Amino acid sequence: MQQEQFYYDNKVVRNFAYASIIFGLIGMTVGLLIALQLVFPNLNFGIPYTTFGRIRPLHTNAVIFAFVGNGLFAGVYYSLQRLCKSRMYSDVLSNINFWGWQIIILAAAITLPLGLTSGKEYAELEWPIDIAIALIWVVFGWNMFGTILKRRERHLYVAIWFFIATFVTVAVLHIVNSFEMPVSLFKSYSWYAGVQDALVQWWYGHNAVAFFLTTPYLGLMYYFLPKAANRPVYSYRLSIIHFWALIFLYIWAGPHHLLYTSLPDWAQSLGVVFSVMLIAPSWGGMINGLLTLRGAWDKVREDVILKFFVVAITAYGMSTFEGPMLSLKNVNAIAHFTDWIIAHVHIGALGWNGFLTFGMLYWLFPRIYGKELYSKKLANFHFWIGTLGILFYAIPLYWAGITQSLMWKEFTVEGYLKYPNFLETVTQIIPMYALRSVGGLLYLIGVIVMTYNLVKTALSGKLIANELAEAPALTKEYGVAKNEHWHRWIERRPVQLMVLSLVVILIGGAAEIIPTFLIKNNIPTIASVKPYTPLELQGRDIYIREGCNTCHSQMVRPFRSETERYGEYSKAGEFVYDHPFLWGSKRTGPDLHRVGGKYPDSWHYNHMLEPSSMSPGSIMPTYPWLLDDDLDTTSTAAKIRAMQTVGVPYPVGYDLIANKDLMHQADSIKNTLAESGIKTASNKEIVALISYLQRLGKDIKLTTKVQ
Amino acid sequence: MKFINYLTSIAGVSIFPLLSLMIFVTFFAVLIVYLIKSDKASMEKMGNIPLEKNDDQLNFSKYE
Repeated sequence: MQQEQFYYDNKVVRNFAYASIIFGLIGMTVGLLIALQLVFPNLNFGIPYTTFGRIRPLHTNAVIFAFVGNGLFAGVYYSLQRLCKSRMYSDVLSNINFWGWQIIILAAAITLPLGLTSGKEYAELEWPIDIAIALIWVVFGWNMFGTILKRRERHLYVAIWFFIATFVTVAVLHIVNSFEMPVSLFKSYSWYAGVQDALVQWWYGHNAVAFFLTTPYLGLMYYFLPKAANRPVYSYRLSIIHFWALIFLYIWAGPHHLLYTSLPDWAQSLGVVFSVMLIAPSWGGMINGLLTLRGAWDKVREDVILKFFVVAITAYGMSTFEGPMLSLKNVNAIAHFTDWIIAHVHIGALGWNGFLTFGMLYWLFPRIYGKELYSKKLANFHFWIGTLGILFYAIPLYWAGITQSLMWKEFTVEGYLKYPNFLETVTQIIPMYALRSVGGLLYLIGVIVMTYNLVKTALSGKLIANELAEAPALTKEYGVAKNEHWHRWIERRPVQLMVLSLVVILIGGAAEIIPTFLIKNNIPTIASVKPYTPLELQGRDIYIREGCNTCHSQMVRPFRSETERYGEYSKAGEFVYDHPFLWGSKRTGPDLHRVGGKYPDSWHYNHMLEPSSMSPGSIMPTYPWLLDDDLDTTSTAAKIRAMQTVGVPYPVGYDLIANKDLMHQADSIKNTLAESGIKTASNKEIVALISYLQRLGKDIKLTTKVQ
Repeated sequence: MKFINYLTSIAGVSIFPLLSLMIFVTFFAVLIVYLIKSDKASMEKMGNIPLEKNDDQLNFSKYE
């Protein structure tokens, strides 16, 4: 058979690898900063751009989409070429993919500190960037399929299936979750409201974990682990089951993020059932990975790359055990809204994604630079300090989460909350936050050492930008075995494989989302719930801009410990005008859904200026600029019109007179503040924010009065 | 809200869950039968794809 000669493109792999390292350093440094802010609130620096609410999304976006994102591109671009025995389909597309992705990251790094956010977790970026993400993702898919179609290897190795499922599912998730109504170039409202928005968001959010952080990395595991261990995966059969079961089940699990919320019960139950089932394929994959090393554990002792892989796969097993466990309603009742969840995701992020990326980078650099790794000692040091970092990060947070949850739920013998002041439950766990920062610091030191080691390796070698390879061309005619099984058929047909994956994930998505939208009874309307006034709407946008929902939930769950603390539990019908929903996922501060009317306006005014003046020991950042900055009322009309388009029933033509109502309400707040001895102009941002906070959760109290 | 309330309003709804379960079970049953029946040699061959032709195994003398 005639051999064809061709070159693998290592340059694009190198570019993505460097981008992953650089953004990893940045993202983790920001992570360390926000961790320290919880211990030393002064580190918020009293300016808008560095407050926790704005840079926590910067941290999550940086590590997910920049560090892991570039890492997965590096791994995919390297392994796909070798598995297909072909250079990437187009160098131009590779470059567009690379530079496009970096520009998106840069846009995120600029817009998030500026407070330009859609308010939806892990999907914070505003609509122009969303469109750019969709386009670049299509370029990636195009390049990948082009490569697969011109491959010289008939069979599609299982890693490629994971890449295909990643491509198709992330595309669907991103597009569906990003439907939004633009107000201006950098402001939009989610197309969905309240419960529906929450369901779509967590269907997206959970599957971002599944199909951005898990499936592509499983593909990488199935390639790089056998490579590093120099032996095939333990069971190829198991990998096939792993693939189908994982994508079949994962897509249904999203509602487990919304247990005990106002989401309809049936959707919560579906989320629980599928989450519990997920342990089977997840552990199947983990076992397949670990057993690949059977008979080769002696190598693990010597090879630092295998060490990284073993910890990564073990962390994968731990988080995928914990995931189903946290999805049980009784466990979720304790863990949700606490630091337990933060610990859980960091086992996945630091252990699974981080360590797999590091192992991969240590494997890649010597190969694309044609030089041995600069220092094995430093790599070993990185391994140990990183592992220690994970432990120091996670254990204190597990402790903190459980402690705080138990404090929230503790009653005295007389039947009162033992810790009625939320702040008590926060100050209790601050030492744990401090320890967690130490864990983060250790982990970051490891990454810095790795960077030095890899750069030294690169400098001592020379990039083999185009690596020569040869393989016979794929013949058009090939024998089809008699009675060939359909699965064997699909194993060499990428397009059909993609379509089948798409069908599989659409079934789950559609079965959960469509009924919530079509069946009205899923969200019982409450007559007294009315749209926000223009001032409240502006205030709500400030709440979103400052990322208040990062630390404050707006979802009182139906537990006595919560109704005692916050008031009546939250009903689905209360959120019908919430574009986007702001239920939050973490209570670093107390729930705010029933905060309206709880404190006088002056309390909020002083509290935003200096939280610790009202709540001594508070770790909330200060927001002095809200007191000084003028509210931009020029946007009111456009906001009202956008809200009308997405279905909020403001009267026709209300956009034209909205500012009159706005000023009227602002004046009345100014007057109540003046009565408390606070002088402020009515056109300040703080006035709008107060109006929103005072509205929260009040509508339903009106019905109670009527009844 | 119990989902059953809405389901009862759909004509012939009882077939839906049965159908879904059947698709799910059939898919995986067939998949597992295929995997059990598949011959060991071809599985091994596929599992070895990443290791084939060690074009990226380190051979530093090549570069020096």
